Amino acid sequence: MTNVAGTTDGAGTVPGTGGRPSIAELIRATEIDLRLFGMVLALVVIWIGLGMQNSKILEPVNFLTFSVQAATTAVLATGMVLVIVSRNIDLSVGSVVGLIGMGYAVFMADIVPTTIGLNNPIGWIIALSLGIAFGALIGAFQGFLIAYAEIPSFVVTLGGLLGFRGLIWQFSGGTTVAPNLPTFNLLGGGPEGSLGGVWAWVLGAILSVAAVLLLLNARRTKRKYGFPLRPMWAEVVIGAVSVGAIFAGVFVANSYHWPPGLATQYAVAHGITEPPGGLQIEAGIPIPLLIVIGVTIAMTFLSTRRRFGRDIFAYGGNPVAADLAGINTRWIVMRTFILMGILCAISAAIASARLNGGTLDLGQGYELYVIAAAVIGGTSFAGGIGTIPGAILGALVMQSLQYGLGFLGFNSPQVNMVAAVVLVAVVGLDAWNRRRAR
Amino acid sequence: MTDTATTPAPTPSTVRTPLVEMRNINVAFGGVHAVRDVTIDLFPGEVVGLVGGNGAGKSTLTKVLSGAQRADSGQILINGEAKTISNPRDAKDYGIECIYQTLALADNLDAPANLFLGRELTTRLGNLDDDQMEDATRKVMGRLNPNFKRFTTPVQSLSGGQRQAVAIARAVYFNAKILIMDEPTAALGPAETAQVRNLVRQLKSEGIGIFLISHDIHDVYDLADRVSVMYHGQIGDTVRKEAVSTDDILGMIILGKKPGDVTEKELEQLELRG
Repeated sequence: MTNVAGTTDGAGTVPGTGGRPSIAELIRATEIDLRLFGMVLALVVIWIGLGMQNSKILEPVNFLTFSVQAATTAVLATGMVLVIVSRNIDLSVGSVVGLIGMGYAVFMADIVPTTIGLNNPIGWIIALSLGIAFGALIGAFQGFLIAYAEIPSFVVTLGGLLGFRGLIWQFSGGTTVAPNLPTFNLLGGGPEGSLGGVWAWVLGAILSVAAVLLLLNARRTKRKYGFPLRPMWAEVVIGAVSVGAIFAGVFVANSYHWPPGLATQYAVAHGITEPPGGLQIEAGIPIPLLIVIGVTIAMTFLSTRRRFGRDIFAYGGNPVAADLAGINTRWIVMRTFILMGILCAISAAIASARLNGGTLDLGQGYELYVIAAAVIGGTSFAGGIGTIPGAILGALVMQSLQYGLGFLGFNSPQVNMVAAVVLVAVVGLDAWNRRRAR
Repeated sequence: MTDTATTPAPTPSTVRTPLVEMRNINVAFGGVHAVRDVTIDLFPGEVVGLVGGNGAGKSTLTKVLSGAQRADSGQILINGEAKTISNPRDAKDYGIECIYQTLALADNLDAPANLFLGRELTTRLGNLDDDQMEDATRKVMGRLNPNFKRFTTPVQSLSGGQRQAVAIARAVYFNAKILIMDEPTAALGPAETAQVRNLVRQLKSEGIGIFLISHDIHDVYDLADRVSVMYHGQIGDTVRKEAVSTDDILGMIILGKKPGDVTEKELEQLELRG
């Protein structure tokens, strides 16, 4: 983790010296967020470290499992950023995920068979839509108490943490409820819940084109207004790195092939003669990871390109100023909680799909990991500061430690201790760094 | 109080309707009567100085006009028509802009975001048009403060004068007809203060009505056409500037009395204190 501080410090404070540009100046020319850059480096360092301990962890299957596990908290972290940016907190996300997860299970196991039928092709869409509506309703309820009844969010959501977990028990009769619809379970990933080799490449190509178009468009409008432009080499580097990273990701995902047993089943079902050595089916990108990519793009767009996002950041930076500027601040705060509820429903879908049902402890403890992810990602409790990509990276760092250390044989109390040290150290370094920058 | 009605605005003819009339405004916080039955008006192209000690009710009165504070009773007329101002958005709709003493900036956002706070420019699809906002900010700042160059850093890291410029730009950009300036020069150096004074004169010449709140009597005396003195939530008096001296105004602020009513003894005490 020291790399984070090292990089940021150097670049943040060294003034231009003339002559040969320093690495820091080169990085600055790209206008990349140094904090994010440092976190990517930290992730790389973590995985290199893990790989040095046990090279098996660097196999594609582990990256896929890891990314699917990280998906649930990553989705929530994007919403938690906005909640914390607006000077609130949501401690209830774990219990809300559990409640909605149980809702999905009860709906699919108890209601669907007698109503829309188990073979209904849109059964999973109905379930997901109901879950999202339920999540929005829970968010609206808590958000109303916070924004309009002016009860502190810490208190309201602490109540949510306790109350909704209790409701899960009432709701389910104290047992696990299963099974889900098979189509719904694809949301949890696995070989069948993945995009497949060809579509993964197609998606990679689309994302690459989109990235390049975004860069070109940004440059064009900047030129139109005569604003300072990034040096051309920086644009090329950013474009090349983005495209490279996208295709590297697709390559890793496609390097994992379906397990032989499953491939054989598939071959038999589709009347394909298996070649010697078994049928090789590329898994491609798992659906939970697709969801994370989609949520990240949508939430980044919402927080940086829409008025709603701008208002949240303005409110977080100075609530009084936002009020005086005529922003309906109560409605803004309530909407952040509605959004958080919707994200809880998405996260719950991934989590319960992986379990094929609803369990009593689904989502337990998520709130802490999600808040930690947001904070490691640079979100400030003082309000007004935080980014969506940062929170995603924060979630990946937390999950890397959990998954990696677990893989190396550490037990979960030990993993928790390491995570705790990292959390406090990162935030401490950040605070120190900001003080120095002033 | 009656002076307000009988004293004509200096430049425009007396038959013109005022830009703003606030009639019999009352605001109380709990038992504290912060503004008590205040009536005040403002004509186009006129600067009305609003002076008074701490807690005299100047800020509360102007907050009623800018929509930041609801009045308990009273009437507000804009161009002679009674209007309801229940929030800042209403006020802005009537062309009332306010530069607050605290500047009311979101420190974490850059200058363009602050200038367009709550009134962001958007593209056809409803997305924020940051480039257009930056362009507009560069233009308006080029007029107000040509040295201003930091358009993409959070305003937190700007100097006091630059922050003030952002707050002023916000009021000016949206074509205010009525401008409230709450201690506009309190945090500024001499050069920046001179800039603000020039700006006030320029806006005045464009026909904008300005309420100028200041502790600095010289500021007010220099710029204002009329001066209203608030004392314990009431307007002690409104006077044409030509009719009084700065000492008279000082006396009115401290003693709450009209110049003629102040005794020699009280004046002596003032001088001893001042």
